[in-house]
This record gives sequence, C-alpha cells and structure tokens, in this order.
Amino acid sequence: MQLLEYAIRGIPTGCVFALLAVGLVLTYKTSGVFNLAYAGQAYVSAIVYYELRKELEWPLIPAGVVAILVVAPLIGLLLERVLFRYLRSAGAMAKLVTSLGLLIAIPEIAKLIFGSETRRNPPPLWWVRRTDEWLWPEGATFVLDAGQVATIVSTVVVVIALVVLFRSTNLGLRMRAVVESPRLAELSGVDSERVSMAAWMLSSVLAGLAGVLIAPLFASLNPFDLFTLLVAALAATVFGGLTSIPLTFLGGILLGVLQAVLAGTLPTDSVLTNGLRPSLPFVVLFLLLLFRPGLRSTKEVTDPLATVDAPPPPPVVRSRPPWMTTGSRVFGTVVAVLALAACWFVLDSYWLGLTVSGVVLSIIMMSLIVVVGMGGMLSLCQAALAAIGAFATAQIVSATGAPVLLALVAGVIAAAAVGALLAIPVVRLDGVYLALATLAFALMFQSIFVPLSWVSGGAVPISVPRPVIGPIDLSDDRYFLVFAVICATVTALIVIRLREGTTGRFLQALQTSDVAAASIGISGSRSRVVAFAIAAGIAGFGGGMAAIDLGQASYEASFPYLIGLVWVALLVSSGARSIQAAVMSGLFFFLFPALLDRLFRFPSNWAESNPDAPSWVNSIADAVQPTWAQSVAFILFGIGAITYAKHPEGSIEAQTTASVNSIVRRVEARNERRALEAERVPT
Amino acid sequence: MTGALLTATGVTKRYAGIVALAKVDLEVRAGELVSVIGPNGAGKSTLFDCLTGVQRPDSGNVVFDGRDVDRMRPAARARAGMARTFQRIELFGGMTVLDHLLVADRARTRRGGLFTDILTGTKPSGVELARCRVVLRLLGLEEWAERPAESLSLGKGRLVELARALMCEPKLLFLDEPSSGLDRRETDEMGEALLRVQAERGLAVLLIEHDVPLVQRLAERIYVLDYGELLASGPTAKVLADQKVRVAYLGASS
Repeated sequence: MQLLEYAIRGIPTGCVFALLAVGLVLTYKTSGVFNLAYAGQAYVSAIVYYELRKELEWPLIPAGVVAILVVAPLIGLLLERVLFRYLRSAGAMAKLVTSLGLLIAIPEIAKLIFGSETRRNPPPLWWVRRTDEWLWPEGATFVLDAGQVATIVSTVVVVIALVVLFRSTNLGLRMRAVVESPRLAELSGVDSERVSMAAWMLSSVLAGLAGVLIAPLFASLNPFDLFTLLVAALAATVFGGLTSIPLTFLGGILLGVLQAVLAGTLPTDSVLTNGLRPSLPFVVLFLLLLFRPGLRSTKEVTDPLATVDAPPPPPVVRSRPPWMTTGSRVFGTVVAVLALAACWFVLDSYWLGLTVSGVVLSIIMMSLIVVVGMGGMLSLCQAALAAIGAFATAQIVSATGAPVLLALVAGVIAAAAVGALLAIPVVRLDGVYLALATLAFALMFQSIFVPLSWVSGGAVPISVPRPVIGPIDLSDDRYFLVFAVICATVTALIVIRLREGTTGRFLQALQTSDVAAASIGISGSRSRVVAFAIAAGIAGFGGGMAAIDLGQASYEASFPYLIGLVWVALLVSSGARSIQAAVMSGLFFFLFPALLDRLFRFPSNWAESNPDAPSWVNSIADAVQPTWAQSVAFILFGIGAITYAKHPEGSIEAQTTASVNSIVRRVEARNERRALEAERVPT
Repeated sequence: MTGALLTATGVTKRYAGIVALAKVDLEVRAGELVSVIGPNGAGKSTLFDCLTGVQRPDSGNVVFDGRDVDRMRPAARARAGMARTFQRIELFGGMTVLDHLLVADRARTRRGGLFTDILTGTKPSGVELARCRVVLRLLGLEEWAERPAESLSLGKGRLVELARALMCEPKLLFLDEPSSGLDRRETDEMGEALLRVQAERGLAVLLIEHDVPLVQRLAERIYVLDYGELLASGPTAKVLADQKVRVAYLGASS
C-alpha cells in the first residue's frame, strides 16, 4: 500500500519526463535532429513567461499564449529557416553537433536579451498554487500543486494529439517522408520546406510548453537544470526507441514512478544511495542504451540520396605540395617559439595564467582528436575522464606523498582504465546513441561519484602541489608554461603518429565502412576500445595537468559536464582531426572571454580614469555589462559549432585548404606565364 | 586432390517468418571458381552474409579450411582467409586507392599497433608499397593509385574492392555481383581481371552474378538458388541447360 502511494507520487514527475521526451521524439521524427538545444528553447519560453507574469504582471492566459504560442514557434521558425533547412541531408553527427552549439548559444543569447539576474520562484501555468486551496482529491494524503496538475493535463493532451497527428493525418505522413529523405519526398511532390517548417514550429511549441510547465519545479530559473532534466528524460526517449510516442510516454511515467518508489524505499544514510536517487534517470538511460533490444538494429536516419552530394575535400596535408608542408612546419615552429618567448618576457601574471590553462586544455582537446576526429565517436564525457585523471593524481599525492609527476602517470593510467571499461560496452553503439551513452556516463559520474570523498575528497577539493624538477621549481608560472608546452608537444607527436600509423588507418577505415573493414580483418570493437582508452588516458593527463596548474583537483572549477560540451563544440568546429585546431581552441577557450572582458570594461575604465571624458563614454559604460563577456564568448563558441555542418573538416582546416588552393593557383599561373614568356623569347 | 575448402551444410536463415535460406548445402574446393545464381530475392546475398559471418544463420554449419567457423566474427573469418566484395560498393572515405590496399595489407600483416605506432610512426615501408603495386598492376589500377576513392567510377570502384580483397591474400574470394551497375565493356574488363587473378593467384572464388554470359565464361560449377532453396547444382553448362532452372531463372517458357 505504501508502495502504491509512492508510485502515485511519481506520476507528476513522470509526466514531466514524458513531456520533454515526447517533444524530443517529435523533433527527431520530424527533422531527424536529435535536438539537445530543446532545453535552450524551453528555457527561452520559460523566461518570457516569467517576465510577462512576474515583471509585467500580465494575466495568465495572454502571458501563456505569448510565451508558448508566439515566441516558441517563432524560435522554431527561425532555427528552421536559418539553420536546419540546410542540414536536412547532413549526417546525424553534424545535426547533433549543431544542436550542441545551439544548446550552448541559446541560453546565453536569452541572458543578453533579458538580463542575467537570478529569477526566483518561476510562476506556474495554472491559476492556483496548490490544490489544497482547491482540494482535490478530497481527503487525500497528498496534494498536487498547480504545476503538477497543469503538467499532467498538458502531457495527456499532447500525447493524444501527437498520436492522432502521426497515425491519421496527411501532415504526419508527409513529415515522416521528409525525414526519411527530403529530396525523395520532394521528387514525389511534397513541399518539404513547408513540412519541415511546420514540424519545427510544432516541436518548438512543445519545448516552450515544457519549459513553462517545468520551471516551477526549480527554485530559480536556470538553463542547466532544464538540460539536466532533459537528459533524464532521454531515458524515456530511448525506451520508446526514439520513434514511438506512446512508448515514450509510458517510459516517462515508469521512470517517474520508479524514481519515487526508490526515493521512498532506499535507505537515506548512505552516500551512494543518496547519490543514486537523483541520478537514477542517467543510470536507466545508460543501461537502456546498452541493453534495450532492437536499438542497435534501428538504423539512423540517413538520406538514400545522400551519395548525390559531392564528396568532402581531401585533407589539406594530402593535397598540398610537399614544399608547402615543410614550409608551414618550419613557419609553425618559429611562430610557436616566438610566442613562447613573448609569453615569457611580456605577459603579466593574469594573462600568463590564462595561457598556461589554455595550453593544458589543448592536451584535453587532443584527446578529443583521438576519439572524435580519428575514432568517429562523439564522446561527451571527456571532461569526466579528465576529472578522473585529476582526482587520481590528487588522491595519490595526498595519500602517499608520492612525487606529483609520478602520481600524474598513475592518473593517466586510471583514466585510461576507466575509459577502456566504459568503452567495452559503449563502442558497440553508433552515432547518436554513443553520444547519449557518454553523456549519461558524464552525468552519472557527476551525481554519483563526484560527491564521494574517496573520489573527489568531498566538499573541499584536494590540493595538488606544483612539481619541482631538479633545480627548477614549477611554481613559477613561466617555468610551468614551458613544462606544459613540452607536455602538449609530446602528446601532439603521439597523436600524430597514431593518426598516420596503423591505428589511425584502421580507425579511418572503420569510420566510413564497418562491414568493409571487417571484411579485411579489422575488428571494429577492438580498434575503437583502444582509441577510446587512449583518448581517456590523454584526457586524464590533461586533467591531472589542469589540477597541478590550478593547485587543486576541483570538479566545479575545471570539469563540469557542460564545460565538456563546450570543449567538444569548440574542437569539432575548428577541426576535429587537427593538432593546430586543438591548440587554438584550448587557448581560445581561456583567452577569448578574457579579451572580451577587457573590451567590455574598457569604457567604464576610461570613464573612471578621465573624469572629464565625454558623456557618451559614460552612457556606454553604463550600458555595457561585464557579464556580457562570458555570454558573448559562449554564443560565439556555439555558433562556431553550427558551422560544423558546412565544414565537417573544421574551420581551420577549411581556411588552410582555401589558402593552400589559392597559393597553388598563383604558383601555377606564374609558372604558366613564365612558360609562355620562355616560348616567346626564341621566336 | 585437396578436399573441400569451404563446406556449408544445412544453412538456414529466417527473417520474421520468411525463410530466406532453407537448408542450403554448398561446397567450394581449393582453386575452383564456383558461381551462385538466382533471381533477385533468392537469398544469394543472405547466403554470402551467413558464410562470411556478417549474419548468424539460424541453423547449419560452416567449415572453412578444416575449421569450424560458426562462432567466428567477420573480422576473424577474414583473417582466416575469406575476403569479399560488396554488392553495394563499400569503399573507405577520405582514402586514396593506394591507402585502401595499404590498410588491407596492414590488417593482414598486423604490422604496427599501438606502441609501434607511438614509437616509430609506422610509415608505409618499401616492401608494403611493392606488394600493393603488384596488385595494382594485376588489376590495371596503377595510374589511379593516388586518386581519392570517392572520385572513382563504379567500375573502377569495384576493381578497388577486388584489389583490397586480394591484399588480404585470401584462400577464398567472395564476389557479390561484381558486374552489377557496370556496362558491357566494364563487365568484360571485370571478367578479364577475374580470369587474370585466378590464373595468377590460383585462389578459390565464389561468385554471385546475374550476368549469365559472364558466369558461363568464368564458372566451373554453379549453384542455383530460388526462394532460399537450392534448385540445382553441378557443372555450369549442364545446370544452365536444365529446364527447371531455365523456367525459374531465365524465364524461358520452352
């Protein structure tokens, strides 16, 4: 009986999961995009609703209509028109990366528009706050609050409406055709642009509805809470096989009920079960991805006409003349040495510290080269693996007093071992599923393991001293910078050798054709596990270095999973296979926001130091907020990821290709001219 | 004489109630060229997938080179000496023709590997390049060696698949409709290439093919599949003359 009551308590939460999950399924079914940015869209509607209800004190209905039925579909329309329209034939990976970029950019854009102050107690989408003002069911042992009533009602309505839409309307049929192959659908007379627009607007309305409904669950409005809830809801999505709306709904309800029952029955005195309770959805998601029958055989949506597209350009290393390769290597080395010298002699401690962090991050970025660029696996848990390296290093130093560098080696091994263990089940999944499984792992790690004291040291991060090598004390940032550059260079050489060697060739073969690779005797799972484990080791190395750099192994400061998502977005948009891209994006991540910050502070600094500055300087200083720097930087990082679909080789690679081609053309033109002149002379 | 290289007994495969293969027996001896023919949907490609390990048959047994390979994955079977091409061409993206051969050669020799790669970089050696050049010459692909695979015509692409398979130095080569999508001239070129390969390498070939003239020219024996069942088997000329076969496959009424 007790159990039943727990179960009933879980139904409203289950509806929240179901609503989010159904929205995701709808987007996936109608656009082929596994839209992680769904949380961002939901956030925007929630903010608009909050502002209208609380700040402008609009009545419920107009506020709800504007937030859900006006703003949300407009966002959907915008995304479709400027972005996803051009991605319909792109691969699942490109679509996922694009949505990752939006996930990062959209909440920051909303913050720029609506201000970044904390919004407490989001208003419910219902007239009364709790049902005890309203008593239903009468004499019950628990009451539903307004948000829960609204959620249950909306979820049921939405699910029924969507099932009807897909089962028995013309629009639903056309939507399915357009996802299968937009070009084929057009050939058979479907206006795929209109259908796709309708689908995006509809799914965006659902996102808005979900955002407004769910916001009151949290004490304050925050895009990250929404995203975490969305990942939890993914478990229901996977339960429904990414396509079945009724099954997804059922999955959401079951998840809510399971969570409530476990919350009621699990002992409350153990750290592990305390961590397990909130992370249950991630555990379920992870297990479902690994064990749900039929999931591996569901093919990803791929356009049968995709081969009509021109093939991607060959990597520039292959196409450029050898003299240019040598030239650019010499030039690159000279620039790197000069830059290092400039850092040593010119930079103040603030910029020097940021540069060091950037170089260290570039090591973690190189781990992404191995797993994403070479292995073709979109791992979203590199930050967690880096954290493992950092924690292992810190724990060993604090427990045994071992030399830091020795502990760092142990950290690398620990991260590689965890990576290998994780990889063994995960590499069998492909594309989107692998990305989701690694994301689930990252969240499980965050909510179950990070709070444990034998992992992270508990609430206070463990400190890690800077090593002393012979006479050189690396506490001086300048010496540590040189050390970090050496570490990054060694890592880069390893990555390059793997990429050009047998490992890289096998992975390249596996990336494009699994069956063909198997037909010549390459075992896919083995190569992928190796790649994943190496990448984990490199990430652990970078994580350990980050801990040494910072002086402590702090999860909050260095490795939250969302930061990890930004890293992925940055790297793949600048070039998932290129060392240059890893180094640039590592530095960029730290230096760019700082540069923007300086830029945005410039007017107010000027106004302060010159009391007689013209009045417009003061007005600019008042308008520009210092918090903009982080927002603008993240928006640009996100937008960068959006370009991935157009240039899967990465913006740096694309630039290099363009400039190499133009140089080659010029050289050829000159040679031709000379040949012509040479012919003319004798006559 | 040597015994059978490949023996399949009672291979059966069902998909959701449909019987794709019903107790098919098949045998290939070392060095011979055997063909499997049959109308579309007869189960030829399913048979290939079951033999090479891409799919698990529901029942039946496959013995290759004296070893029971039922439990071996496709990659392991490939290393044991089975190589194949695909009906829907499967080339590696972002690789040149030479790269395709090199990667297959590495897969066979197992040169390189994690630590060797890290310590030495494992650039293609002269010996490896020489081995690749031999196969390129055999199939007339020399001038295409540096071309990216995506830029090739279908006919050249099929030759690259064949070359890649040959780099594995297989004992038995599975060819899944090598002439499909090719015009008459390209089909003839493919036939020439196959004959050259067989003459030079002396390996056994199992060929799925629609093109009857090609089969007549190449195959010593044929198996005829229809609706997953073995309709006939034996020397090529005799089977093709069989009335039952003519009705089922060639559509001849008289």
